[in-house]
Amino acid sequence: MAIGEEAIVRSELRWAAVSIGVVSLIMLALIYAGIVHHINPPSNIEPIDPKTLHLSGEFTEANLGTRVSAEGQVTSRIVATQFTFQPRCIVLPANQRVTLRFATPDVIHGILVTGTNVNTMIVPGYVSQVHTVFTRTGELLMPCHEYCGLGHSEMFATLRVVPASEFKPDAQGRVSCDAR
Amino acid sequence: MTHARRLALAHFWIGFIAFAIALVLGVWQMWVRSPLPAPFLTASTYFSSVTAHGTAMAYVLTTFTVMGFGYYVAETALARALPAPRWAWTGFWLALAGTLMAVVTIFSGRAAVLFTFYPPLIASVFYYIGLVLVVAGSWIWCVLMIVAMGQWKGANPGRPVPLAMFATVANAVMWLWTTVGVTLELLFQVIPAALGLKAQIDVGLSRTLFSWTLHAVVYFWLIPSYIAFYTMVPQAAGGRLYSDTMGRLTFVLFLIYSLPVGLHHLLMDPHQSNAFKFLQVALTALVSVPTLLTVFTIGASLEIAGRLRGGRGLFGWIGALPWERPLVLATGLAFLMLAFGGFGGLVNMSYGMNAMVHNTSWVTAHFHLIFGGTVVIMYFAIAYTLWPSLTGRAAPSLAAQRLQLWLWFIGMLVMTLPWHYLGLLGQWRRVATFNYADPIIAAWGPWVIVSLVGGLILLVSGLLFVRNLLQFAIGRASHVPAEVYATAVHPPLRVPAALNGFRLWNVLVLVLMLLAYGYPLAQFFIIDPPGALVHRVDQRR
Repeated sequence: MAIGEEAIVRSELRWAAVSIGVVSLIMLALIYAGIVHHINPPSNIEPIDPKTLHLSGEFTEANLGTRVSAEGQVTSRIVATQFTFQPRCIVLPANQRVTLRFATPDVIHGILVTGTNVNTMIVPGYVSQVHTVFTRTGELLMPCHEYCGLGHSEMFATLRVVPASEFKPDAQGRVSCDAR
Repeated sequence: MTHARRLALAHFWIGFIAFAIALVLGVWQMWVRSPLPAPFLTASTYFSSVTAHGTAMAYVLTTFTVMGFGYYVAETALARALPAPRWAWTGFWLALAGTLMAVVTIFSGRAAVLFTFYPPLIASVFYYIGLVLVVAGSWIWCVLMIVAMGQWKGANPGRPVPLAMFATVANAVMWLWTTVGVTLELLFQVIPAALGLKAQIDVGLSRTLFSWTLHAVVYFWLIPSYIAFYTMVPQAAGGRLYSDTMGRLTFVLFLIYSLPVGLHHLLMDPHQSNAFKFLQVALTALVSVPTLLTVFTIGASLEIAGRLRGGRGLFGWIGALPWERPLVLATGLAFLMLAFGGFGGLVNMSYGMNAMVHNTSWVTAHFHLIFGGTVVIMYFAIAYTLWPSLTGRAAPSLAAQRLQLWLWFIGMLVMTLPWHYLGLLGQWRRVATFNYADPIIAAWGPWVIVSLVGGLILLVSGLLFVRNLLQFAIGRASHVPAEVYATAVHPPLRVPAALNGFRLWNVLVLVLMLLAYGYPLAQFFIIDPPGALVHRVDQRR
């Protein structure tokens, strides 16, 4: 072998420096995306009792679905339960910041919205929350993407994204699929 | 035949039988998910099948292969008899009994919780006890590996432990750390619930404990492949290992960085803060370093081999390599799959970007490429390399081995490239059927069928692998097994104590684990979140 031990060590160290450089670049990109573009995971340590969430408070049946607050904030509250969502159809306005809030009374679920980056786990004991802006109108699928039992395959909801002109809250600020 | 060789054969065969059964189930699952009508479909058969596929591939094939390979390495690399072979057989029978207990429970339809458990869903207690027995068997293996290395060091003071054994013990030490998370989850949360002693489960805690295990377990599966890269491939290619020290460093880095990174599996979970998610993402980025070092060192080792065989020019040495040798071919194919799978993994770990792909087919594609691709193709090659010395017979046909490896590579790409694409379109995981009447989903249909074709190719390859091993029975006797271990360009005469043992690194793992997992676990005892009611899946109506 013509190659000396020192030369080998030098080449390995050079490569290690390149590797660490690449990893550092990736981390800088993540920091940039997180701080400048607010691309962060949907952490939300907000406990809620799965055994009683349907009895009082935010996730009672009458309070579910999309609601516009007096300040104009759009929030949709959705319960994920074996093996359906309540409500199964949700109306949201396009090109406007909206908040989706989820809770479950039973087991682990999760959602994604096809064609978007909306994605969160729904864990019993916590409220999951995602902020987003839908840029395209139309009907989007929102399936349960985490195994929740034998009926898991049939568990999905529909998100109906409408232009702002067609997004008309009623007197209580509610918007539902039935009203149209 | 020595004890270690009989042990190795017994372990490999249990792993490969489980693999073959799981392969058939996997293809059926893909058929069910495609637009084509499939037989035997009910929700219960589908999710029992997914549970069996995951359990067999992730816990049985891997654990038995790692153990069998470890016994072989301990005897051959250290060139001394295995300590306490009776304990090794105890571990084998324990793990086998556990496997059978888990499998029977799954096929009786009482454990459709998938191999990652998902409490508060609770299966029959026999499923969990079966898995605990498998882990208990592997713990015996860990202790035996550590003892074997200790005895060798006692007999050879100051000499560097052979790299293959150093790496095997790195894996044993890592596995002991790794299994702490899932063991705590099973013993304190899941099994008491399955026995009816607990009515509620803290789900955030159980998910966090499982995440402790969930990433490092993949490195437990992976390390035999890396042992083959460093200690066998340069020899098979006719060259030398470029750097023995880099090999040691790589396995040490795996031990350190594979553990405090599991929260990247929980990036989309509400119950962990972004601060700890980011910390563990940063540590995850560092775990790519040992893999990048390996690609360089093994690439350089192969270049030495290619040039010794007369290869010239910048790339001429690649063509000069002995690709007709199954271990060399498998390494080339494994590296290609590692490149694809590694790229997908970088997307998965990228913090907020994970939202684009979490729980879509992209992730399924990623881990099938890395595990099913890179790791398992090296399991095949390891078996082909060891079988002559385990059976005392030469392979009747290397062409059949090469065909099998090529089919595995092609099948894996045909299956997983469409999965990546479907994942980006939003195809979600873990469902038995899709509503192909929906226009969004209808467009996915053709790609799902392509991936099913890939699955069929994998099935053919897997069955051919078992046939190739059985064919050794008709091979001619070969009493002088070729030397399998590579020599380094500069074989180490002495190495620093830090690269000849794990005491220092264990301290570092402890510190990193306290930093990365201390508060994320402690928070559940501080905020004391409300529990979720247990949902049993094993009560038949």
